[in-house]
Amino acid sequence: MSTIIQFENVGLRYGPGAETLSDIHFSLVAGGFYFLTGASGAGKTSLLKLLYLAQRPSRGVLRLFGEDVVMMPRQRLPGFRRRIGVVFQDFRLVGHLSAYDNIALPLRVAGMAEKEIFEPVSEMLEWVGLGDRAEARPETLSGGEQQRVAIARAVIGRPDILVADEPTGNVDPDMAQRLIGLFEALNRLGTTIVIATHDLPLISMVERAQMMRLDKGRLIDPTGSLRYPPTSSVTPPASYEMPTPI
Amino acid sequence: MNARPLPAIAAPSAMDRTAKAARNRLLPEGRLAGPMPWVIAIMMFLTVLASAAGIGLAQGVKSLQAQLTGRLTIQLVEPNAARQASLAQHITRTLRSSPYVRSMQRVPEAELSAQLRPWLGEDMGAIDLPVPALIDVMLAPEAGEAGIKAVRAAIVRIAPQARIDADASFLAPVERLMRSLMWLAAILVLMMVLATGAVVVMAARGAHDANRETIGILHLLGSTDVQIARLFQRRMALDAMFGGALGFVLAIGALLLLGERMTDTGSELAGLMSLPPWGWAILPLVPMAGVLLAMAAARTTVRRSLERTL
Repeated sequence: MSTIIQFENVGLRYGPGAETLSDIHFSLVAGGFYFLTGASGAGKTSLLKLLYLAQRPSRGVLRLFGEDVVMMPRQRLPGFRRRIGVVFQDFRLVGHLSAYDNIALPLRVAGMAEKEIFEPVSEMLEWVGLGDRAEARPETLSGGEQQRVAIARAVIGRPDILVADEPTGNVDPDMAQRLIGLFEALNRLGTTIVIATHDLPLISMVERAQMMRLDKGRLIDPTGSLRYPPTSSVTPPASYEMPTPI
Repeated sequence: MNARPLPAIAAPSAMDRTAKAARNRLLPEGRLAGPMPWVIAIMMFLTVLASAAGIGLAQGVKSLQAQLTGRLTIQLVEPNAARQASLAQHITRTLRSSPYVRSMQRVPEAELSAQLRPWLGEDMGAIDLPVPALIDVMLAPEAGEAGIKAVRAAIVRIAPQARIDADASFLAPVERLMRSLMWLAAILVLMMVLATGAVVVMAARGAHDANRETIGILHLLGSTDVQIARLFQRRMALDAMFGGALGFVLAIGALLLLGERMTDTGSELAGLMSLPPWGWAILPLVPMAGVLLAMAAARTTVRRSLERTL
């Protein structure tokens, strides 16, 4: 398995204060399924921001797809961003666009022809249970519906890396299970999944997932090696069933 | 995944059109709601007027120069009308044989009387005032200063009291005024172009700030600076097209009205300043240039703003 994400002694500082992330050092292999956990304020969202290229590290080396993105000219970054799907914690849907157009955004940005967009976007709308809400604007959708649109937008382009920040925070357990099933299906197609979450039952739903834990801006395993999730200490609720493949 | 048609979405052919429109609607619409098109309309109205004034004045200066260069006016005042007529005839005969003179024309007495009537009244015939004889002389192009001197000497020999004016010298202040006004119009056009550019830059910055969130999302989804700048460029182009067209139509209306009024004055000078056909052909280029300027300004402004982000 090749390394797709590599952090080497990465630090991140916002302004003149203390580092939000310090000495982050790990590698993720292509096609892996990873959870990132930690208490609120531990730096999960900051680490994800580095992953989806919303920030560059203040120090250290960050390699994506084998290339150092720290010193990379900014003109090259869009090409990398198109290979990364992102589910933002606050969804970040475009308010004046319909659910359909929000989901179609990554495909349009990538320059796909309209006739190639209609079918996958329609299918994705159906899959996230919003087939009858295609023309709805985000403001008319509930929090859970907005989250599903955000997830659909992140996965529609079949990205090489999917980064999700608390992707099931606003949906009911059934939908959470369905969405995890979607992530797993995407993972089986080769997408590397990185999900930041507090939801331990969610972690236990993905058998082969690995877990990283952040504490006060540091990976608490000082060796940087990744550990399998502590499934022995986390029992999934009875209502959760492993999702069927899509 | 289960694929089934969505009831809320139009059929594919219609979808193509609406989706294509959606691609361009990544920024919220609301073109005519903002002040931008109206400000551009005002700018364009003034720019077209200033351009027309500049072209008209340039044409006027050119025509004036062509008409005045090598023109003399001989004024002959003689209390004895019969002698005045004889002298005038002698002068015209002499000049006709001169190689320096291309043409000449004695201004008809009726025309002179008409010009004097406003000052001397309708019953000017009752006043015993000698009306001068005026002869307009058009010199040959090769006459030059030597030719003017020779003609002047020939006239003085016949009638020492004759007054000889080179039209170019007494109308020189008018020409200088027209030339100054022409440059003023050119400066006004330049200032309008700069002001239009500044307005577009401010509008683009405002739109960029107002849509910062959407731009951030597009950026993180992999949009390039060029893609995002194109959205603003398109919007500014539409605003500038509307404003430019409106300003142009209003300005042309104003010019046609002014032209009519100027013709009504019967002034020869006003006639000289009329717009030539090439001038009318140039004027539509002004709003077109305005649209291009607006697009370039919007594109540059937005790209510069984006370059400050990751």
